[in-house]
Amino acid sequence: MTGEQIKIVFDALNLGFLQTLRLFFVTLIGAVPLGLLVMLGRMSRVKPLSLLMRALIWIIRGSPLVIQLLIIYYVPGIAFNWHPWGGGESGRFAAASVAFIINYACYFSEIFRGGIQSIPRGQEEAGLVLGMTKRQIFFKVKLLPMFKAVLPPMSNEIITLVKDTSLSRIIALQEIIWAGQAFLKGTRGISGNVLPLFFTGVYYLAFNGLLTILLSRLEKKLDYFR
Amino acid sequence: MHILEVQGIQKRFGATEVLSDISFTMERGEALSIIGSSGSGKTTLLRCLNFLETPDAGRILVNGETLFDAADARKKRDREIRKKRLHFGLVFQSFNLFPQYTALENVKLAGQLLARERPDYQNHKSEVLSEIDAKAHALLKEMGLSNREQSYPFQLSGGQCQRVAIARALALEPDILCFDEPTSALDPELTGEVLRVIRELADRNTTMIIVTHEMAFARDVADRVIFMDEGRICEQGDPKEVFEHPREERTKQFLARYRQEA
Repeated sequence: MTGEQIKIVFDALNLGFLQTLRLFFVTLIGAVPLGLLVMLGRMSRVKPLSLLMRALIWIIRGSPLVIQLLIIYYVPGIAFNWHPWGGGESGRFAAASVAFIINYACYFSEIFRGGIQSIPRGQEEAGLVLGMTKRQIFFKVKLLPMFKAVLPPMSNEIITLVKDTSLSRIIALQEIIWAGQAFLKGTRGISGNVLPLFFTGVYYLAFNGLLTILLSRLEKKLDYFR
Repeated sequence: MHILEVQGIQKRFGATEVLSDISFTMERGEALSIIGSSGSGKTTLLRCLNFLETPDAGRILVNGETLFDAADARKKRDREIRKKRLHFGLVFQSFNLFPQYTALENVKLAGQLLARERPDYQNHKSEVLSEIDAKAHALLKEMGLSNREQSYPFQLSGGQCQRVAIARALALEPDILCFDEPTSALDPELTGEVLRVIRELADRNTTMIIVTHEMAFARDVADRVIFMDEGRICEQGDPKEVFEHPREERTKQFLARYRQEA
């Protein structure tokens, strides 16, 4: 590749990776609170709500994310002539964000449930006997140990999410793999070149390396208690 | 006036009657120990007193004030129960210290949170907090843990954890301090240090209810002993009397079994 071609390739990959990062952060920011809500619904004493959430978790975890992306992007328009996403890249990004947030919220909700259930009942009872309110017990007693308990499985999911964002190319979201693959098919005077696609892998590795370091630092920080 | 009066407490879990017609009184400064085999309802009784279980019948009075009345149909609001709870302190078998806080923080936390509700809190914040701080230091010193104030629960032995838990309960100055088998989760060589602390509290006339399997301890430390069997008070009285001249057949059998093991 000439110097000019390298610039073209990396400009395209950078742009694609920016879209990857946007989808990653939007999903993370949306799926954590939604996951908490799904968990609360799942653990609710209101039977219909609990069953509904179980069904949702079953469907979302039991079917491929790719299918969910396709359904969310295409079905409203095809089946109901309803076009919530609008056209172009921004429409695809909105649809992908919704699909990813719902999908990851279901996984997160089960991790959060495990975290809550890992706190012994005695912690709550100790708080009650000491005259604390339920609210104080949640924030002052349970929250930090819960966070500590969910951090390792959450780290796993977060790293998986970075890579899963590439699935959004099924609805032609222009994320980094889409950008790299373009040079294989041929674009802007470069075709049949596999190197850009190979570079995309390096982007993922670098970003996941950074995340791994940050997450394990956080884990270390919480190592002061057991 | 009795510091505690328990009248006809009954508790069912499903079809099982765990407590039936439990009635007794306690005087200020008295140490009462409750003995009996596992499943006789001792722990459930303590949990009822601390509002962790709701009795199906009966009344609980502290200093003549009715704290609980099962006949009083209106649902008690959380807020009310929370205040009433503070008449009692509870030391758990499994300590239940908060792992993310140091020994000192464990002792201080509840007091700090309760202080926020005081009307003068905003104006006297620093005095209130330093008062709580000083009290926590003093309590841990009493427990022989001055050098472990900054340790986290996982860095402490079981005996040390239990002593922190006792300090934590004492920090709120309950009228009646309850112990739920405080040494049952400890290695034999660690029970001594916890029993010593409880004995010191008894010597200073702390009003206490101690559920225990340590028969010798119950006999020596308690002013009165209650023997429970199948959810009922089978026999109660002066520890020397009950241990040396039990009147009831069930008490005799129970004590004989302990002597054999000892």
